[in-house]
Amino acid sequence: MALSSTDLGANLAKIPTAAGVKVEKEARKRLGITGWFAVSWLSVISLAALLAPWLPIAAPKADFLDLVEPNGNPPFHMAAHILGLDGNGHDMLAQTIHGARVSLQIALGAVLMGMVIGGTLGLMAGYFKGKIDRVISTVFDIFLAVPALILAMSLVAFLAGDPAKPPTGIFNIERIMTLALGIVATPPLGRIARASTLTWSEREFVMAARAQGAKNFKIMFVEILPNVLPAMLSIALLSVGVVVIAEGGLSLLGVGVNFTDKPSWGNMIAQYAQTDLNDHPWLVFTPIIAVFLTVLSLNMLGDVIRARFDARETTL
Amino acid sequence: MAFLLRRLVRVITVVLFVTFFSYFLLNLLPGDPVTSIAPFGTKEIKAQIRHENHLDESVPVQYFSWLKNFVHGDLGNYYTPSSSSPVSKDVKTRFPVSMQLVLYSLFLTLIVAIPLAVFTAYVAGSRTDRIINTVLFGAFSVPDFALGLVLAYIVGVKLRWLPNSGYAPFGSGLWNHAKYMILPTISLAVAQIAGFTRVLRSDMIATLQEDFITMAKSKGISGKRVLWRHALRPSSLTLLTVAGLNIGALIGGTVVIETIFQAPGLGLLLTQAIRGRQFIALQSTVAIIAIAYVLINVLIDILYSVLDPRVRSGAL
Repeated sequence: MALSSTDLGANLAKIPTAAGVKVEKEARKRLGITGWFAVSWLSVISLAALLAPWLPIAAPKADFLDLVEPNGNPPFHMAAHILGLDGNGHDMLAQTIHGARVSLQIALGAVLMGMVIGGTLGLMAGYFKGKIDRVISTVFDIFLAVPALILAMSLVAFLAGDPAKPPTGIFNIERIMTLALGIVATPPLGRIARASTLTWSEREFVMAARAQGAKNFKIMFVEILPNVLPAMLSIALLSVGVVVIAEGGLSLLGVGVNFTDKPSWGNMIAQYAQTDLNDHPWLVFTPIIAVFLTVLSLNMLGDVIRARFDARETTL
Repeated sequence: MAFLLRRLVRVITVVLFVTFFSYFLLNLLPGDPVTSIAPFGTKEIKAQIRHENHLDESVPVQYFSWLKNFVHGDLGNYYTPSSSSPVSKDVKTRFPVSMQLVLYSLFLTLIVAIPLAVFTAYVAGSRTDRIINTVLFGAFSVPDFALGLVLAYIVGVKLRWLPNSGYAPFGSGLWNHAKYMILPTISLAVAQIAGFTRVLRSDMIATLQEDFITMAKSKGISGKRVLWRHALRPSSLTLLTVAGLNIGALIGGTVVIETIFQAPGLGLLLTQAIRGRQFIALQSTVAIIAIAYVLINVLIDILYSVLDPRVRSGAL
């Protein structure tokens, strides 16, 4: 809500923590079975994505067309291809793992960009207040005045140009997507940083540092930032999930990494939804399940981190 | 009065920025925009397109002539090798479809989320509450397009209960209209229901511990009445906040869901414009969606000040 006079950055930070029952808060601070599940899935999928070229899996575009039945039905579930093949004989496990590489790289890159730019701007706005705060907050408001997915879609569509001729070189399509989604991720993270800085910069230790003659830069990054980071981190984890979903949404809208060049979770969903939903739905469901498990795990971890670090919930 | 005036200035500023952004998108295209839009064009056709869209002028002139046309309802043209046709005609027929989807899913969200939140707040900490919460947490992590594709397969392809693509206008009969809208609406609403319920539930739990609730109970007012009349009312502002925070995601979701179910709304228009390199149409549609979003936020803002006099006086 870009135009409200109430500070929604602060509200956004407040809303999910307003949990009522005390027992529940305590339970959420521990990792628990679900938490371990989340950590395991994220570790497995990130490692697989990172090491994809060296894993004993097929190349994503290697074709096993001889295994596809003459009627065009790809076999599902066989020892050598545990997630089956698609209609072109491409191995689904290999595509899903290589797809993770693309999707997670874009998501992590975008959120990192949001953390660095949004964090710095939010820190400045919350620390200096006054005119600087007004300018930075207005910039955030303007970017939030366009629905996030529409903003990302228009940036990618126009920066990439003709979808049939994806850009190459330094500004290839993956980098453009990272940039666009990073721009979208910046204002929410920036607002969290700002809201959090506003409260922390009033604390005694900050005044003490200032009284001892510490420079603004040092106070901001040495004294305040470490306290602001936990709040940002839990939102950042949620944002990684949001960006993974956004990559899927963008692919369905027809912008994004080209399926024939490189599989990503999003373009796999978009491609198979068009060609195989009726006859071979598992082709669509495989990347969907990967996205779901990743987002679910990130949300769970975000919840645990929030419960553990949120100053409002700890009794002093 | 001063309050209204301040708001008005702010809205106009945001609208100017948003329209400038939409206009400026065309300048982000790599290479000559006219070649991107009409690669088939002869020199004369290209010159005409350039002239029609004022692309031969300076940036400020371009923007203001674009804005002037936009305000007068001229949203530019589609260009095909044989003809050009106005974009505005399409936008007019498609806007209501998107509007319907947004409103239906918002309605479904509210009629499910409010009772669910009141109920779980009432039985907070119980087994039922925990189960419902876990399900909602899972639902929160399901991307709308993923749910849409799963529903399209199960209900549309397997069970054949409802069509999995297409649209019929309201005038063609209620059931005829509904049978196309049910699946997209549910796909959009589920994650929203999860989000609304979680926030509203926490809010209600906090409210139920307030003194005025104890007071009402001690006066012998029935539990049901306390719950619905006394406890729910203060939460209306929270509902509005959540609605405001989620409407952007809902618009983004609608755009994607429309392409999955081939519902001819603005989202499908975007996809078609991207596929056909119709960047002028894309630009105008983005502007329409962004302005609609700004106006929805203004509406929410007005509702805020109606519901909470403190906002009006500037105390918040």
